[in-house]
Amino acid sequence: MSLFDLKGKVAIVTGANQGLGKGMALELARCGAKVAIIDLKVSAETIADFEKEGLQATGYDFNLADFDKYPSLVAKILKEQGSIDILLNNAGVQKRHPAEDFPKKDWDFVMDINANAVFYMCQEVGKVMIEKGYGKIINLASLLSFQGGLTVPAYAASKGAVMQFSKSLSNEWASKGITINCIAPGYMDTEMNTALVADKTRSRQILERIPAGRWGTPEDLAGAAVFLASKASDYINGHVIAVDGGWLGR
Amino acid sequence: MSLFDLKGKVAIVTGGNRGLGKAMALELARSGATIALVDIKVSNETLADFEKEGLKATGYDFNLTHFDEYSSLVAKILKDQGSIDILVNNAGVKKSHPAVEYPKNDWDFVMDINATAVFYMCQTVGKIMIEKGYGKIINMASLLSFQGGTTVPSYAASKGAVMQFSKSLSNEWASKGVNVNCIAPGNFNTEMSADFIHNPKILERTPAGRWGEPEDLAGTAVYLASKASDYVNGHTLVVDGGILGR
Repeated sequence: MSLFDLKGKVAIVTGANQGLGKGMALELARCGAKVAIIDLKVSAETIADFEKEGLQATGYDFNLADFDKYPSLVAKILKEQGSIDILLNNAGVQKRHPAEDFPKKDWDFVMDINANAVFYMCQEVGKVMIEKGYGKIINLASLLSFQGGLTVPAYAASKGAVMQFSKSLSNEWASKGITINCIAPGYMDTEMNTALVADKTRSRQILERIPAGRWGTPEDLAGAAVFLASKASDYINGHVIAVDGGWLGR
Repeated sequence: MSLFDLKGKVAIVTGGNRGLGKAMALELARSGATIALVDIKVSNETLADFEKEGLKATGYDFNLTHFDEYSSLVAKILKDQGSIDILVNNAGVKKSHPAVEYPKNDWDFVMDINATAVFYMCQTVGKIMIEKGYGKIINMASLLSFQGGTTVPSYAASKGAVMQFSKSLSNEWASKGVNVNCIAPGNFNTEMSADFIHNPKILERTPAGRWGEPEDLAGTAVYLASKASDYVNGHTLVVDGGILGR
């Protein structure tokens, strides 16, 4: 199964200290990649979870709101790991307010982390990838790249932005050996959705609408991440894979 | 990499005698699956290509316009192979005519093979999968599930149909353990595209700057046939070198 083999590759995964990011980072590592985990604080427990399985991971504590430090972060990772082959922009935040009350600072925060940070990480790492003529970039879109959600207009805006500029980057970089694609997770049982899961009515409504009849788990995304990080997807560019238990088709 | 392992699985691949179908069938087999190739005529050369690599494949000569024989075909495969876990509906045809003169017999032929046959193969095999609570169905959509093409209205109609009824099936069967998804290939270097493969305008419009090769689909087929895609339902995975995003 050499199509999915990631031996010798280095993957940056942002927001990978927990949840979906950690699930995907672990699976990339199981397929052979060395993983550079970026998060506000990468815990010793997270690193230990990799070491337990004999996998290689290094933590980089970093605030993605510090845009002017991206070049030095990426240079440091490149120096320490020797290469950057895969970039998985997973870090994301959520703020809920009715649209009529949505405060500007929360709007800016969500747009900065979910959209602007993703673009500038692509730009920074993309330069390295263009130079070597190889790279796999995976950005996290969302069901809200297609739908509007409820009381999360900034999240919807940011995820719409990610899906579209990923196509822009694909149009510019596909011929240079770099594939840029997105994963759009459905309703996942993770910390970001604690509020949804706890709301019995919303939780029931959502479940009733998922053809697969269950919420997604971090493990459900892992295969999509490996697929888009590997040779198996070399002719896939600018695509959004929905991993949503069938939600969008309903 | 057990997420992509297909050991012990049986896969039916229609139109698997050559081209994209054959490439996908070979890769499914390399990942561990036993293959049942359904085609008008499965050649000895095709079977030899599997045997050369030590892979398991059986040919079933079958005309997909014989709708009333689907049940007996599928029953035979089930009996011969012991199980049916994966169905790749890859067989497809294309007839080009300007829309103003598109003949009804060609329209019907394309719709029959590309859409109706796919639906009824899904139905016939789906019954078995529902019963065992497990199955992976992969239908071939196309860029013309999204765009209209030129002088191939029946092809566009049939591929639009495939993408949409795959979502219908997903809505009904996802909770029963059966995944139904599509692959939409872009412009691939196969016999079906021989009439336009030399058109430089298409290449100019492809961000990847090259035609797809049959091998480019193989990984996608394995992904959608394996545990790695268990929460992917009703999706159309586009493998087109970026054309649709342009």
